[in-house]
Amino acid sequence: MYPSRFRYEAPHSLDEAIGLLHDGGDYAKVLAGGQSLVPLMKLRFASPELVVDINNVPGLGYHRADPDGTLRIGALCRHADLEHSDLLPGTQPTMAAAAPLIADPIVRNRGTLVGSLCHADPQGDWASVVLSLGGSVVAQGPGGRRTIPVADFVLGPFENALHPDEIAVEAVIPAAKGVRAGGYLKLERRVGDFATVGVAVSIETAAPGGTVTRAGIALTGVGGATIAATEAAQALLGQPLSADSIGRAADLAAAAAQPRTDHRGSAEYKRHMVRTFVERILSRADHEAERAA
Amino acid sequence: MTMVYEDRGDDAAVEVPMRRIRFTINGEKKIAEVEPRLLLSHLIRRGVGLTGTHMGCDTTNCGACTVLVDGKAVKSCTMLAVQVDGRSVETVEGLATASELHPLQEGFKQEHGLQCGFCTPGMMMAAKALLDRNPDPTEEDVRWALSGNLCRCTGYQNIVKSVLWAAAKLRPGTADPDAAE
Repeated sequence: MYPSRFRYEAPHSLDEAIGLLHDGGDYAKVLAGGQSLVPLMKLRFASPELVVDINNVPGLGYHRADPDGTLRIGALCRHADLEHSDLLPGTQPTMAAAAPLIADPIVRNRGTLVGSLCHADPQGDWASVVLSLGGSVVAQGPGGRRTIPVADFVLGPFENALHPDEIAVEAVIPAAKGVRAGGYLKLERRVGDFATVGVAVSIETAAPGGTVTRAGIALTGVGGATIAATEAAQALLGQPLSADSIGRAADLAAAAAQPRTDHRGSAEYKRHMVRTFVERILSRADHEAERAA
Repeated sequence: MTMVYEDRGDDAAVEVPMRRIRFTINGEKKIAEVEPRLLLSHLIRRGVGLTGTHMGCDTTNCGACTVLVDGKAVKSCTMLAVQVDGRSVETVEGLATASELHPLQEGFKQEHGLQCGFCTPGMMMAAKALLDRNPDPTEEDVRWALSGNLCRCTGYQNIVKSVLWAAAKLRPGTADPDAAE
């Protein structure tokens, strides 16, 4: 399968890339990892007239923590970089859990987290992870940079809040106030398949096992968009984790899911798995906190 | 490389955007004229004429088209040919020398790692990327590294054994991988 014909540019700086997008208007697409864009172009679901390949722009492959703990992930940081990162285990349990579950090992060598957020597939794993952490996307355009919370960045299926002449240059995960715990669990029929159900849970406590001061729960693959299970997350606040609070959050998350019966499973089964996954992630976090305390 | 296009009678078809790229494939330096929409898999098979890289699903699933670009395994059906400008590509044809099979090829032979053989080039290249990074993988490591490669004959047991055989052969001090098992 061939994509339809397009003009290809591979600039060496962000300014040059933004200039090309500015002139290319609505018919331009940015190519980073290409693991979603190229298949879409081959299937002719996307037929951009101009493709701006940013792989030759230096300095975008990073992921690093600021002194205050804020995590920054550059537009060319591949899933594999995050999977093999020394930085994530310990400080970013939800991200560390998700990275090895994205697509398959070969796709992870090319695909990027920022690109995945831009692609805004309702079944994308990173959107749930970043949403549960209250993260955001930094967009750079001709007028400078602006930061967009990921909750506002994804407008709908395959639709993001970028202007046509903006590039998503970085994803930002805010620093935890205290200790961060959580995880990501994904049910898939085989490696590389879209999630039947994916659940991201991120919580913060002042000390291991302490009162939960922040909680985020987000669901993949059980609705027309990534779902923020806000009420479920709120049920965890203001108390240490307990069997009671975990059960309540799991029930509320299952209630927030909007699954549909399809070839991956029945709606009832998927809802049940949401409940199971929330419970499993939080119970593990609770056990780990007990061990640490 | 010569590309033949349908003439639809419009001027746009005459103005095909072509780009000249330089790359290395299996150690040989090449220059190619490519249209940006040409996929890397097509450049390798039709342009360079190396048909060992197989096109299976053409939808980023099966991994039969796996090659190494600058040492990293990629699905060549999901990368544009223009993107290898200035880069180095390794395909299954680059594994053997004139006189000797690569230990991975030998391993697939010894352990019966192929049945129909269609997925084999992709399996070998994904395995090469693993062994380059981790010369002493566990069975679990091998299964994990090959989880993006599908075998429709379902011959996974022997594929995993083949890669472990090759790993043993490649490690210094292991003269006979069969004895090491």
